[in-house]
Amino acid sequence: MPWTSVCLNKKDIACFAKQRVRTLSYVEAILEAQQIILEQDPEAFLIGEGINDAGGVFGSTKGLSDTFDQRVMDMPIAENGLTGVVIAAAAAGMHPLLIHMRSDFLPMSMDQLVNHAGKWHSMSGGQVSIPLVVRSIIGRGWGSAAQHSQGLHSLFLSVPGLKIVLPSTPYDAKALLLAAWQDPNPVLVFEHRWLYDNIGPVPEGTCFLPIGKGVVRNSGTDVTVIAVSHMLPMAMEAAQALKQDGVSVEVLDPRSIAPLDMELIAESVEKTRHLVICDVACKTAGYGAEVVTRLMEHNPGTLQGPVKRISFPDLPTPSSPALEEAYYPGTPNIITAIKETLSHQIVHT
Amino acid sequence: MKNNLITDSTRLELLKTMILLRRFEEKIIEVYGRQEMKTPVHLYIGQEAIAAGVCAHLRREDYLFTTHRSHAHCLAKGADPFALYAEFYGREAGCCRGMGGSMHPAFPALGILGTSAIVGGGIPHGVGTALASKLRGDDRISVVFFGDGASEEGTFHESLNFAALKVLPVLFICENNGYATVSPLSARQPTPHVVDRARGYNINSLQVDGNDVEAVYTATQSAIAHIREGRGPAFIEAMTYRWKGHVGTEEDWNKGARSKEELEQWKEKCPLKRLCNSMESTLTSNKYDKLVAGTDASLDEALQKAVTADFPPVGQMNEFLYRKGEY
Repeated sequence: MPWTSVCLNKKDIACFAKQRVRTLSYVEAILEAQQIILEQDPEAFLIGEGINDAGGVFGSTKGLSDTFDQRVMDMPIAENGLTGVVIAAAAAGMHPLLIHMRSDFLPMSMDQLVNHAGKWHSMSGGQVSIPLVVRSIIGRGWGSAAQHSQGLHSLFLSVPGLKIVLPSTPYDAKALLLAAWQDPNPVLVFEHRWLYDNIGPVPEGTCFLPIGKGVVRNSGTDVTVIAVSHMLPMAMEAAQALKQDGVSVEVLDPRSIAPLDMELIAESVEKTRHLVICDVACKTAGYGAEVVTRLMEHNPGTLQGPVKRISFPDLPTPSSPALEEAYYPGTPNIITAIKETLSHQIVHT
Repeated sequence: MKNNLITDSTRLELLKTMILLRRFEEKIIEVYGRQEMKTPVHLYIGQEAIAAGVCAHLRREDYLFTTHRSHAHCLAKGADPFALYAEFYGREAGCCRGMGGSMHPAFPALGILGTSAIVGGGIPHGVGTALASKLRGDDRISVVFFGDGASEEGTFHESLNFAALKVLPVLFICENNGYATVSPLSARQPTPHVVDRARGYNINSLQVDGNDVEAVYTATQSAIAHIREGRGPAFIEAMTYRWKGHVGTEEDWNKGARSKEELEQWKEKCPLKRLCNSMESTLTSNKYDKLVAGTDASLDEALQKAVTADFPPVGQMNEFLYRKGEY
């Protein structure tokens, strides 16, 4: 099936057209998923700042309020309070989707997500769960600067009870959002603005991916590259480029970082013995740090080369285009990292 | 002056409730020093008129959200004292199987879906269940209790704003006991009346003597009528006083937080004593003593059963991280 493939260029897309496989953009896939949710589930509703305006959150909610009226709700600029509101609506059995146009607004929701949503099921002795979905979008570029371009997903890793997914393809955007809707627990969905126009095969109707299971995007034997979100297409480009040099790169997409599919990761790393981890966030205490620690806890002799992390520097995002260009890593950085880890062999004694 | 809106039988019911709330916590004080009840208790003694007067109007299915000072609201809504005591002792038979303790009771069948101990954390929850009721078109209302301290939190304003905007069926009860832990209201707010803030959101609001259960009862009656008619939220600020310290079973005047004279003045305004005075013609001291003795007997039994109940299996904490399956 084509659903795990990643389209990197027009040729890839044309290939699906020839096979008469339907393709959608990432944003169309999100829109379609929400359409399905609202059609099938009278207990579901969408709420977010400006979600029913003409633009519709970069097109991801466009037109939904025409069909679903009051179940597509604008809201006051009151992120924490409204997160509490939707949490309790979920506790009462409804299925809210809260939408933050930028992931940077999640810290405003922090008390309700950290102290309430993530703990409710446990604190109530398993009586009440919170079937809540929180969509947020990681921004980038056009001088967005430090408060409109953060990847904050790993901040929530140390909060038990939350699930965290980062769809990287149109299919995943739809299937993970539908899975989040079906999940009886709070799920944070981190989308990436620069994936919105990417095209890929997406089936009609409902489709689901299990939250907590990753996928091998490209099989290889020399090095494992783990990449989430907008890093995935770049990791795939790196794998393609290195194939010509005879380097066999295995690209893994964990899809969710909580729960984290360590089984898949460990299996791959035990095969390749080399690891590069790519993230759309600052380096320190990212999900990659957790991946490596867990690998080392389990089998400290696994790696034969140094771990390489491709991530944003530990700096607030600058605004100037000249500085942005230097700030964000790209495909060449991943290629360099792969070469470095492969050239530097560790001998375990 | 006699409140003509209340019948003698209602007075008797309110008295029974207040005796339950008072004696339930006095029993905790009796056993707390043994250090077997390992949970931080925030006692409600002195404030009983509010929970009793408000909850008398609630239906079983109506939603209720309380705070870290939660015992009385749960009991007045119909919670089993044993389920609370067992929870405080950390037993499997507790209302949350020993996962929540004193600050996080949940009784979903009574509309108590969960309790936040973050100040102001529960206010939006009452608005959220009210939103659910409105979207579903059911006739359940939501009541949310909180203190004067919570009115300083952003969630207070965010919640009132949204409830008023969406005309939601929610009753806000601010129990103004004058202190947030040990900080007096005057050190925290520029004006003494929280109700003024609610009026600013164009919410049907009133202030009431929170130690007068009859006043709380009649104020709530009209507030809930307003809500059930679909006219949006209502807000009651009930002025009261907490006899014990913020947490634990001791009074705190000797720690310099507030004066003994102030406490003694408020004890004179004891809500139980006031109702008994109002019931003078129908309530003999013998009858009152019998009510207390009956309550004590059932509470003693509940307490004894709770302290001897089993602890939960250790593995359950893993089980409760996520709910399994689909919603």
